[in-house]
Amino acid sequence: MKSEAPAAPHAASADRALGKDTALLLTPPVPRAGWRLLPARVLAMCTVELQKLRHDRTELYTRAVQPALWLLIFGQTFTRIRAIPTGGIPYIDYMAPGIIAQSAMFIAIFYGIQIIWERDAGILNKLLVTPTPRSALITGKAFAAGVKSLVQAIVVIVIAALLGVALTWNPLKLLGVALAVILASVFFSCLSMTIAGIVLSRDRLMGFGQAITMPLFFGSNALYPVSVMPGWLQAVSKVNPLSYQVDALRGLLLGTPSHLGADFGVLAIAAALGITAASSLLGRLAR
Amino acid sequence: MTTDPADMSATPAAAATATAEAAAAHAEAVSCTGLTYAFGETKAVDDLDLGVREGEVFGLLGPNGAGKTTAIRCITTLLPVPAGMVRVFGHDAAKERMGVRRMLGYVPQQLSADGGLTGRENVALFARVFDVPRRERAARVDLALSAVDLSDAAGRLASTYSGGMIRRLELAQALVSAPRLLILDEPTIGLDPIARTGVWEHINAVREATGMTVLVTTHYMDEADQYCDRVGLMHRGRIRALGTPEELRQGLAERKGTDTLPTLEDVFRDIAGSGLDDNTGGGFREVRSTRRTARRVG
Repeated sequence: MKSEAPAAPHAASADRALGKDTALLLTPPVPRAGWRLLPARVLAMCTVELQKLRHDRTELYTRAVQPALWLLIFGQTFTRIRAIPTGGIPYIDYMAPGIIAQSAMFIAIFYGIQIIWERDAGILNKLLVTPTPRSALITGKAFAAGVKSLVQAIVVIVIAALLGVALTWNPLKLLGVALAVILASVFFSCLSMTIAGIVLSRDRLMGFGQAITMPLFFGSNALYPVSVMPGWLQAVSKVNPLSYQVDALRGLLLGTPSHLGADFGVLAIAAALGITAASSLLGRLAR
Repeated sequence: MTTDPADMSATPAAAATATAEAAAAHAEAVSCTGLTYAFGETKAVDDLDLGVREGEVFGLLGPNGAGKTTAIRCITTLLPVPAGMVRVFGHDAAKERMGVRRMLGYVPQQLSADGGLTGRENVALFARVFDVPRRERAARVDLALSAVDLSDAAGRLASTYSGGMIRRLELAQALVSAPRLLILDEPTIGLDPIARTGVWEHINAVREATGMTVLVTTHYMDEADQYCDRVGLMHRGRIRALGTPEELRQGLAERKGTDTLPTLEDVFRDIAGSGLDDNTGGGFREVRSTRRTARRVG
């Protein structure tokens, strides 16, 4: 029997128990097939993330404190010191894209904790019993992390603008910024969900998260140019997707020389690899 | 179901046989054959044979660690099983996962509604992931919420709901896709008696209205006695007794030669015998999960 068939014959008692117009609850929806399934699942997960943010913005405000302090204290102090070669722009301007990338990464890198919480709460199992392939579920979650990171990035951009950072307001370039933030967040959230699939517990993931965030941040060009790094750190920076994100943000927001093609290429490949790795380990969380 | 023109020319006897075979194939909502699942050295489900008939409320009973949840996870495709072991309305859970999932409504043991979303948003999420088209989404969500008496609370965050309301919300989440099989894993765990009755009344009302099959696990024998059409008593990964609660109680009374009808719990103790030892009660994770659920429902 095809799954499109009604759940059960329409019973007379249905009208009494479920109200008069019960036909909808007796007819399974027609399944989406092919390419339309993935965007539908991504949209569903992103909608949930935005709904949660609408109900409770506390996280948005508290997470804005740290980047504001970085810009206000570190940025303004190092602008005076002039110790870091920035190519002729004020240091606070130079570091602003790095702080935007950092604040987005911090949200995404702890997304694995959310998926473990969802596992413990039964939410993940319930989603896994829906007609959603695991790769689509991970992609949806990863883009939801991207949306959340993007909202955070907007807050930091506004703070930076208020502190006098000379950012572009070109809509096309801002769209590029959004894409870079989302792609990088997809990668970092998938990295986090991959580790979650390996370590399986929140406590262990917290440890891993803290162990990798700072090396990722300091091993990138967020605070200083790659040219001033020692050779080994330059090698780390070369394989660190955060560096490519910062390079793209700097080029788009400040107009500094950048490698947008390579940056977006690396970010897209990293995101695809992240989705593949996290999807393949999702089954371990379900057990 | 469409009829193949070729079938029209078949003899009446052949047609009758085909009809009987088709009926037999679809009479069972769930069929497990020799289902075995092990976590390392521990066999959680051991050679389980189980058939759930279409349209019935079937209770899978047993203490923590009996293998009920593992069996449910195999049926829901959460755990991988070899082909041919588990079928849902004739669909193989190993080969046709998406087909099986489209027929399921699943309520896990934990309180799985998202407290950061309203009741309506919780149900709408499941409408979306089951591909309910936008034009009928709001109507379906409202119907599902109305079916569990949550229309008035639909705009409130689920974190403000009582335990019984959350269970009903989960029921609405499961109903929004019009499943043919509703699977409930310990739906009343941790609830007070009034909330338990409320949850069961809604399960029964929905079942009566839709004719869907309900597979429920519980370790509350009184609930199973009262609400299930048939029960399977599970212990150490196997079904030890199967039948209507009445049949099982009558059977024990006859074996014991007593006029007093025993309870389902007596039947279970008789079957499990000395097997109810320190090893019964589930692993650390299962007990923790059960306690967490009980704590969340207050």
